[in-house]
Amino acid sequence: MAKLTFQGGVHPYEGKELSQDFPSKDLLPGKQLIYPLSQHIGAPAKPIVAKGDRVLRGQKIAEAAGFVSANIHSSVSGVVKAIEPRMMAGGAKVESIVIENDEEYEEVSFEPLATPLSETSGEDILKRIQEAGIVGMGGAGFPANVKLSPKEPEKIDTIIANCSECEPYLTSDYRRMVEETKKLVAGMRVVLHLFPQARGVFGVEDNKPEAVRAISECIEQEERMEVAVLKTKYPQGGERTLIYAVTGRQINSSMLPADVGCIVHNVDTLVAIYRAIYEGKPLIEGMVTVTGDAIANPGNFRVHLGMMATDLLEAAGGYKEQPEKVIIGGSMMGRATATLDIPVHKTFSSILALSKDAVAANEPGNCIRCGRCATVCPGRIIPQKAAVAAAHGDKEAFVRLNGMECCECGCCSYICPAKRHLTHTIGAMRKQVLADRRKK
Amino acid sequence: MSNLLNVSNSPHVRDKRTTSSIMADVLIALLPASLFGIYNFGARAAVILLISTLSAVFFEGLYQKLMGQKVTITDCSAAVTGLLLGMNLSHTVPMWMPVLGSAFAIIIVKQLFGGLGQNFMNPALAARCFLMISFAGQMTSFTYDGVTGATPLSYVKSGDLSGISVKEMFLGNIAGTIGETCVWALLLGAAYLVIRGVIQLRIPVTYIVTVVIMVTLFGGHGVDLTYIAAHVCGGGLILGAFFMATDYVSSPITVKGQYVYAVLLGILTAVFRLFGGTAEGVSYSIIICNLLVPLIEKVTMPTPFGMGGKKYE
Repeated sequence: MAKLTFQGGVHPYEGKELSQDFPSKDLLPGKQLIYPLSQHIGAPAKPIVAKGDRVLRGQKIAEAAGFVSANIHSSVSGVVKAIEPRMMAGGAKVESIVIENDEEYEEVSFEPLATPLSETSGEDILKRIQEAGIVGMGGAGFPANVKLSPKEPEKIDTIIANCSECEPYLTSDYRRMVEETKKLVAGMRVVLHLFPQARGVFGVEDNKPEAVRAISECIEQEERMEVAVLKTKYPQGGERTLIYAVTGRQINSSMLPADVGCIVHNVDTLVAIYRAIYEGKPLIEGMVTVTGDAIANPGNFRVHLGMMATDLLEAAGGYKEQPEKVIIGGSMMGRATATLDIPVHKTFSSILALSKDAVAANEPGNCIRCGRCATVCPGRIIPQKAAVAAAHGDKEAFVRLNGMECCECGCCSYICPAKRHLTHTIGAMRKQVLADRRKK
Repeated sequence: MSNLLNVSNSPHVRDKRTTSSIMADVLIALLPASLFGIYNFGARAAVILLISTLSAVFFEGLYQKLMGQKVTITDCSAAVTGLLLGMNLSHTVPMWMPVLGSAFAIIIVKQLFGGLGQNFMNPALAARCFLMISFAGQMTSFTYDGVTGATPLSYVKSGDLSGISVKEMFLGNIAGTIGETCVWALLLGAAYLVIRGVIQLRIPVTYIVTVVIMVTLFGGHGVDLTYIAAHVCGGGLILGAFFMATDYVSSPITVKGQYVYAVLLGILTAVFRLFGGTAEGVSYSIIICNLLVPLIEKVTMPTPFGMGGKKYE
């Protein structure tokens, strides 16, 4: 079978060999944990504990404020020290619950599903997923129960597990796939139970043969599941490119996957769904890659959400040389951070420390209209033209030139021989246009 | 903290390819044809190429210096313009002519409109046309082996095909400008550019095919291979199609637009050659089509992913 892929895309240095072959390590948090109330898309959660309260591991400390919002649970036992703004990844100060770890890890009692899955109603399952505070862990942080409640559920025919992990350097999904294959597949089984007409597809890039093998073996008995081997190319793991590669269907920026009968879930999200259903555990743990050429011992760590990124860095042996740039996420879409004095939140995928910053080393020059940005753009727009309109502040032209179809994957900036900051220019304008639309 | 971290928006990595490396590739690709031109036309050809290249670089640096801009001569783009201009001249032109041409190309066509990437037509060709109009006599007198000779295209124009040898055209043993005569050397350079991913074959192939179709239909010789070969290899078509019609700045950025542009080039070139006053028509076609690029782009914008096409149901 021909390899499944999409039009456009780039092949940046993958950097996965730095961390992919080391089994993940369990990590205990330090003394202080921070839980930002806004670590998902939607309304910030409302704290339900007060300063001075003692909380247990797994206890809900903030609850969803509305339909599109998510519960937050404590990952340790300890005492609430403060509820105040703290900096999180991305640099924003967000109202957060600060908990002092008493290092006893006293847990609430977790209640796994009492009835067999086949006899459980979809409603109950969705309620559990919602209660567990599960959000899309691919990066967007969209509450999982909302995603799993489309307007016309009978039209959903494909559930895609996003196992492509196309972002350079990241290997945490890969470790999940090979270490927790059964949980991943069980998570898929839960989702398929919600959509009886759907098939489940694990979309894995062909640079992860071990993961393809592990999942294929694990689903031998599963009639409704299959593995789709995808050509390794960035951004294969983008929702739109993934749906296209697996089903041939296209969605644009104003559509949802459900509009073409699909729901896409990240590996981590499916494992979290497994935990919520079969272990009764809320989302309090994560897997984080600590990597980059400036890290002493790159690897993957199973962490308690809320722990400090500085503790994580220490677990990886710290820096072996002073990095020029530290990124939360991968090299293509991650966000540079000025400090690691930030907590690990739900969609925190990695700490990437690079000894050289390619952005600072390449000063932008004049556009030579070579068209490479248009060739690599998976949205099939002409980034050069959209960027010119954006730089001129011409919102009308920007929209007419389809600037809103940009998914900010970064391919255009990556490939640009003149080193222009196309993605940044287009992304900034997109945010302005979106803000204008919200005002109306 | 003594060592502050860099913070910037994503992506945080960049491809190795730069504007300079692309321009350097073009220079490398032009070398075989330039060297053959020197071998064919003698030391004077080398001097003309050198003067045009160096003066283009000089004028770019001078203009930027005078205007208080950052001097960007190391990006090699001015050198490419200068070399292309030189290759488009006869080796018999007076020495001041390439200097004047380079000054026109760099200062008038390129820098006055905003420098690299902003010129609305190919600077080297615009300069060639400027010289052609101003000094028609010197620009169109070609000699080969010491005697004033006619280019294959002028034989074609006069209707006498007996002086044309396909083999000599392919090998480049014919009269013409310094860089246009040797087909194999030009194709070698073009192959390098294609392999390096600097140019796509869309524009040159569509252009040449259109010219072939047009001269076959309207040339009055039917399917006469010598006649068609003279049109393809006997003038500036190969040099123009692979190295000048593909100029990023002055050709359409949209894929569909590139086809439209190339077809228009082919039609215009054939019309100029068959029905115009001069034997050649590549340069004029390219600069005229350069002017149409904004229009072509406007009507050939691609459909974004997920827009249009068949709807899922």
